[in-house]
Amino acid sequence: MSTLAIETKDLGRIYKLRGNKKKEARKELIALQDVNLTVKKGELFGLLGPNGAGKTTLIKILTTLLSPTSGWAKVAGADVDREPDLVRPRINMVSGGESSGYGLLTVRENLWMFSQFYGVPSKEANERIEALLEMIGMKDRMHTKSSDLSTGLRQKMNIVRGFLTEPEVLFLDEPTLGLDVGAMRDVRKFVLEWLRADKERTLLLTTHYMMEADELCDRVAIINKGRVLACDTPTALKQKLQKDVLFEIHTSPLNGLTPQMLVDQPEVTKAAITETETGAKLSLSLVEESALARVINLFTQKDIKVMNLNKREPTLEDVFVDLVGRSMAEEEDSGQPE
Amino acid sequence: MQTSTSWRSFRTAAWLGWVIESNWTDPFLFAVYSIVKPLSGAAILVIMYGVITEGNFDSALFPYIYLGNAFYIYVGAVMTGVSWAVVDDRELYKTLKYMYIAPINIPIYLLGRGGARFIVGSIAVLITILTGVFFLNVNINLAEVNWGLFFVSLTIGVIMLALIGLMLAGWTLITARHEGFIGEAVAAALYIFSGAVFPLDVLPEWLRPVGYFMPTTYWLELLRRSLVGDVAQAFPTLSQFSNLEILGVMIGLSILFGLVSVWVFKICDNIARENGMIDRTTNY
Ligand SMILES: Nc1ncnc2c1ncn2[C@@H]1O[C@H](COP(=O)(O)OP(=O)(O)OP(=O)(O)O)[C@@H](O)[C@H]1O
Ligand SMILES: [Mg+2]
Repeated sequence: MSTLAIETKDLGRIYKLRGNKKKEARKELIALQDVNLTVKKGELFGLLGPNGAGKTTLIKILTTLLSPTSGWAKVAGADVDREPDLVRPRINMVSGGESSGYGLLTVRENLWMFSQFYGVPSKEANERIEALLEMIGMKDRMHTKSSDLSTGLRQKMNIVRGFLTEPEVLFLDEPTLGLDVGAMRDVRKFVLEWLRADKERTLLLTTHYMMEADELCDRVAIINKGRVLACDTPTALKQKLQKDVLFEIHTSPLNGLTPQMLVDQPEVTKAAITETETGAKLSLSLVEESALARVINLFTQKDIKVMNLNKREPTLEDVFVDLVGRSMAEEEDSGQPE
Repeated sequence: MQTSTSWRSFRTAAWLGWVIESNWTDPFLFAVYSIVKPLSGAAILVIMYGVITEGNFDSALFPYIYLGNAFYIYVGAVMTGVSWAVVDDRELYKTLKYMYIAPINIPIYLLGRGGARFIVGSIAVLITILTGVFFLNVNINLAEVNWGLFFVSLTIGVIMLALIGLMLAGWTLITARHEGFIGEAVAAALYIFSGAVFPLDVLPEWLRPVGYFMPTTYWLELLRRSLVGDVAQAFPTLSQFSNLEILGVMIGLSILFGLVSVWVFKICDNIARENGMIDRTTNY
């Protein structure tokens, strides 16, 4: 048996878009291009990218819902497009940010029904349902009709549905989207506990929360406009990024100090200024920490007071900026190719 | 393995369909759908018949129409039930993609959903027929009913309807906006071309072959013959054929339609997967 849970080779997906008018030529949208990924058994693998990056498209292909237009993908050893019947018994999937389920059925009934589709013996299914609901903190709602659940609780129910069938490979598409902070924490804790319980379990999740990818995942692939730009452990990604030291300084008004004046100092590589209510916030990249002395010196000359000074570790956000040239939020605002 | 997959797909789907359709938590809704709706449908028909024939309820035409209409309820229930499962699961419950990634047999799952509608539909059919017998002079002599023929025809017919529903389900899968409409449209067309409320002979000659090609035509004829034998035979359309001949034609056409349906569904299923339509929701 291979030790790979997921493997993709030059995977691509092009959507044909229909124009509004018949005369309009059919446009094509490249949602995924040349995706080569391998995920080992037991890994918690993250796909990080802005809206429209292609995360959901990749998950849909890996879960047999969508055919690729080029390349191939294997999940649990079987080709997702040609052998979906071998893949399906061994996977499950949950998409966040939508409330699915049969409102007429109770939480238990909804979950039980899905377990039956996977051939889980009824008694065992009920035991698992109780245990998982307990783990995710909604056992008291087991007999509530799912139409009477809040959106967040419905999403938790849906998450339990994914874990209930004990898949070898589980796909979570933005599992914490739209949840409040408490529920997010519940879900993350739940995910880690579930993975820890069995070394063979593999989980692929997509997110556009940097922190989530950073804290949760063993490895992260950063994806933008259908391409995988980098793939490594969060630590390695951040280390590779820059040897620079990052500082964030809050000051009193700047009295004419410009970013250029800062960058003109030796060993100051980047400087950005944002005005605040009380003065300004400076983000600095320094080659050496010692360069900070020169910056402070400049402040003294200009009669600027330092109110707060932070040394900042690079985040995955910085990695993204480094790879793409702008922040994930900017990338999302820039509008998707329609 | 294969049979157990199919069986658990069917069984669980039928259970789900039954819970959704019966909706015991809301007896009022249930009553409306299984009693009020079919009875008001029958009432419209009876009134129209009364006006047109100036109240000639003793004519053999009346039970012909009444029973045809009553059994036609199964078409709406089972056939459209199968195709509506696609719409409901995809758009309303947002579960279709989870069904698709599960190790089940999707056509059998959909047939299971239709199977549940058969039970609910049967209640409506029974109530409609009983109303006809007790209040409207539809004469069914229990001693003369050909029960064997009745149950055999009913069973084959319901399976046939479910399979045609599968074809519509496939079509529904690959169309975005007019989903519900397809089932209704086909049901309405079949109503005209199956001799449900008037003999096919009423149709213009060039349209009649459509009716002769529909398994539903023979199905309704057999149900009527088995319940009110001599009355049904009073109509010329199929009078030169024996029960057995009609049964044979129905079985043949059902197999043909069934095979075509399964094939159409497979093709549509592939198209849906290739175009990412399985979890596509329509923005109304
Ligand atoms: N069925 C479809 N038909 C046409 N284009 C599609 C379809 N599904 C997705 N797309 C397009 O493909 C691109 C990738 O979409 P995808 O949903 O995979 O992104 P994503 O990374 O999941 O984004 P988000 O964070 O918003 O969920 C987008 O530009 C999207 O508009
Ligand atoms: Mg997405």
